[in-house]
Amino acid sequence: MSNTVLAILEQRENKLKKVSFEVLSFSKNIASKISAEVIGVVFGSNIDNLNDIHKYGISRVIYYKCEDLANYSPSAYTDLVIEAATETKAEYFIFGDTALGKDLAPRVGARLNAGCIMDCMSVDLTGDSIVFTRPVYAGKALIDIEFKSDQKVVTIRPNIFKANVSEVSQELKVELKEVSNLNLKTRVIEYKKSEGKLDVAEADIIVSGGRGLKAPENFSLVENLADVLGAAVGASRAAVDAGWRPHREQVGQTGKTVSPTLYIACGISGAIQHLAGMSSSKYIVAINKDKDAPIFTVADYGVAGDVFEILPALTEEIKKAKA
Amino acid sequence: MKVAVCISHVPDTATRVKIGQDEKLIDPTGVVYIINPYDEFAVEEALKTKEKFGGEVIAISVGNENSKESIRKALAMGVDKGILLKTEKILDSFGIARALADEIKAQQCEIVFMGKQSVDYDDSIVGQITSELLGFSCISNVVDLKIEGQKLFAEREIEGGKEVVESETPAVITAQKGLNEPRYASLKGIMASKKKEILEKLIPDTENLTEVLRMRKPVAKQPGRIIGTDVSAVPELVRLLHEEAKVI
Ligand SMILES: Cc1cc2nc3c(=O)[nH]c(=O)nc-3n(C[C@H](O)[C@H](O)[C@H](O)COP(=O)(O)OP(=O)(O)OC[C@H]3O[C@@H](n4cnc5c(N)ncnc54)[C@H](O)[C@@H]3O)c2cc1C
Ligand SMILES: Nc1ncnc2c1ncn2[C@@H]1O[C@H](COP(=O)(O)O)[C@@H](O)[C@H]1O
Repeated sequence: MSNTVLAILEQRENKLKKVSFEVLSFSKNIASKISAEVIGVVFGSNIDNLNDIHKYGISRVIYYKCEDLANYSPSAYTDLVIEAATETKAEYFIFGDTALGKDLAPRVGARLNAGCIMDCMSVDLTGDSIVFTRPVYAGKALIDIEFKSDQKVVTIRPNIFKANVSEVSQELKVELKEVSNLNLKTRVIEYKKSEGKLDVAEADIIVSGGRGLKAPENFSLVENLADVLGAAVGASRAAVDAGWRPHREQVGQTGKTVSPTLYIACGISGAIQHLAGMSSSKYIVAINKDKDAPIFTVADYGVAGDVFEILPALTEEIKKAKA
Repeated sequence: MKVAVCISHVPDTATRVKIGQDEKLIDPTGVVYIINPYDEFAVEEALKTKEKFGGEVIAISVGNENSKESIRKALAMGVDKGILLKTEKILDSFGIARALADEIKAQQCEIVFMGKQSVDYDDSIVGQITSELLGFSCISNVVDLKIEGQKLFAEREIEGGKEVVESETPAVITAQKGLNEPRYASLKGIMASKKKEILEKLIPDTENLTEVLRMRKPVAKQPGRIIGTDVSAVPELVRLLHEEAKVI
């Protein structure tokens, strides 16, 4: 094992995602504890913002550049991370806990016989060993957990760790890798973007609606507020099960787990399964006409009123504030 | 086609989690255990696959005696046979995947269905690890699946859309909600399941690759404030979001 942390970065449509910079900062933190170097690993054919890596204090990146790697291929990406692992003898492998990271990280772990700590939400570097904290039971409890294996795989929850800008004196060295004989046995052949806008899993602000909206057409109130805030639209399971909203918008234990900066729950009671998916949001606003609804126990700010009155007024007020 | 479906036995999602005495596990008193909700989609897809291509569906669970309850549930839905890979130890996902992979290999299954995630530890990794140990392909988080000979075409849910994935058997598929509508166990199914066999095997001890030091409750949020009950609260709410929380 050498003192190396591999930061596995993710791009979509030729742009490194925000979470990739969080992965870099997190990796730097781990590296500082074990006096290691951080090396970025990217896959793609033509990444626009590759140089941004440098801003986060990284001076070395391994770039597997090939048209066939523009889309995710579990089989090829796994092989190449293992190749980078062999070459660098890295100890840590850090991924974002995204659809891609969740899929790829355990495959890498399995090949290396490395433990996997998924969805890490905080890390304690003060003791002798590094202790990671992650949610279990959909956030109803946390576990402090450490590695027993030589090599170590971690995914970090997006939007929790800050991407810290830091200076390095060295220039960014990009090691372009020749790739041939890619194992494309399992590969993405098409990306179907859903119409609609932001995904709840990636949004900084989410406006969610529940059964309190009464009918699918009333979700326009939620959408209008989301529009003025640049937010994603979310939904409770009740709204999804009723067929008012698509499942991809469902927030909660059997939907998506989200940690936006601001979560606005409209006409949602706050059932335990819903809270499980959103209670780690930084700020929570609840609008519910029942002042005893459990959603108010996690809300920073509440309005115990009628969504049909409050939502239009709120949308207008924010429009004014932004003007 | 021989099909496996892997099942985990988990606390009901409505459970209010209480930390156990040892501060490493939850206190199981009063907790109702159910078949992992995502595994019901896996069972349904396994049954559909058998209906289409013939063969046999085997449900496999790693756990203790109690896991038989969830295996029974799968049997009642129509699974042919159950296998309990028995252990009293708390295994990490690697230990579980190793036990599953060994059994899947022994049973010579060509396609394996799992849930995308177990709603206890929410790891989302057992499927991928098992596939690597077996040298199988794997597509995770699947909401649509077509099997054409050796070829697999699946859609998996990702941020902002879906990926269409091509792969081949033998494979592990992990099911996301939306893949299908799990059938209910009919009365006849429930009766029949009582006669179906659940094989028990002890699994060898393995070393965990991670160790849980402590389980604890998250720090409870300070209860917030209710600003008002009608539109007159709106300007104050916007002011707070802007000046205090600084989020808009
Ligand atoms: C296995 C399992 C998994 C689950 N997973 C999830 C999950 O992932 N996500 C999830 O959300 N749920 C999940 N649930 C369901 C959960 O238990 C609740 O049933 C669901 O969250 C309720 O949705 P709701 O809050 O929209 O509806 P309700 O509980 O019916 O609440 C509606 C709320 O709207 C309020 N209201 C009504 N009219 C108005 C009005 N005019 N103005 C303001 N407020 C109004 C009411 O006071 C009420 O509080 C799961 C359940 C199970 C069993
Ligand atoms: N103890 C177990 N026995 C059998 N299958 C399991 C077990 N634990 C997890 N699985 C399978 O792996 C999937 C993902 O679980 P996990 O990686 O723990 O989130 C589950 O939906 C099950 O199909």
